[in-house]
Amino acid sequence: MAITAFGLVYLSSLFAVAMLSGIFSLSAASLYLVMDAVDVAFTEAAVGAGISTVLMLGTLALTTRREKTSKDNKALPLVIVSATGALLIYATLDMPPYGDPAAPINHHVAVRYIEKSGIEVGPPNIVTSVLASYRGYDTLGEVTVIFTAAIGVMALMGRSRKPRRKQKKDRA
Amino acid sequence: MLSRKSVLRVVSKLLIPPILLFALYVQFHGDFGPGGGFQAGVIFASAFILYSLIFGAHAARLAAPSWLTRWMLSCGVLLYAGVGVATMLMGGDFLDYSVLASNPLLGQHIGISLIEFGVGTTVAGAMITIFLIFDGSILNRRDE
Repeated sequence: MAITAFGLVYLSSLFAVAMLSGIFSLSAASLYLVMDAVDVAFTEAAVGAGISTVLMLGTLALTTRREKTSKDNKALPLVIVSATGALLIYATLDMPPYGDPAAPINHHVAVRYIEKSGIEVGPPNIVTSVLASYRGYDTLGEVTVIFTAAIGVMALMGRSRKPRRKQKKDRA
Repeated sequence: MLSRKSVLRVVSKLLIPPILLFALYVQFHGDFGPGGGFQAGVIFASAFILYSLIFGAHAARLAAPSWLTRWMLSCGVLLYAGVGVATMLMGGDFLDYSVLASNPLLGQHIGISLIEFGVGTTVAGAMITIFLIFDGSILNRRDE
């Protein structure tokens, strides 16, 4: 994953970058699978590696395949990025080790979900009952976000063929 | 268009029905295994995208016309929010599925199935709409 990430930064052929981001997503999905987060891995493989690669390629076909190289000063962005990265790494030092049963995240609502969701909600897949029932509002919000995204694309690029041609004829 | 390459054409024709079937499986089996509306919608849409890559966007538009995908897009959200309103009308809180049936567990099950179906419909509609719009504007670009 690290190699693909560096490749993403260094390559200037955007076609290769789109492919590499697909590979990055796929390896992220395998990582989630190793960490037993099957639902997340599933989503990452379908959305990250599948759909978004196709959409990236569509965008490339609309725009251009080469990246514009900028001649601006590159020191400031580098400083900001390294400072943020160092801060994040510093923050992980305080985190409990992965899978630690004494970690706060395993004592808050997770216990209740694991113990009660079978009785209160029913489905054997706890992820589904959390997503759809306990966190129903959040999921409604997510669906609305997707809806809004599609509406936005439609507003920006939709109404595609005939009206535009008419406009051009009018202008001509 | 790639429809003249016979290997691609035959393989994609073989693959598309299982992809659609798998999407429905993921949709309705999300209670028991991994999966749910989001993944199912994306898989369902990817079958359409494969179809339009191989057979051209024109054929895909015949299979999924834009009025249909737009209806799917909005009906999914409406179904989700409608379940919430229905639970309120039946005396519960917003999105409290337990009141949907006499047995709370059955109510939860009905509610979750309905909203997952809404999620799947919206996601599939959104993905197909976005892809076909991209494709349409690429064609426009070529015409110019």
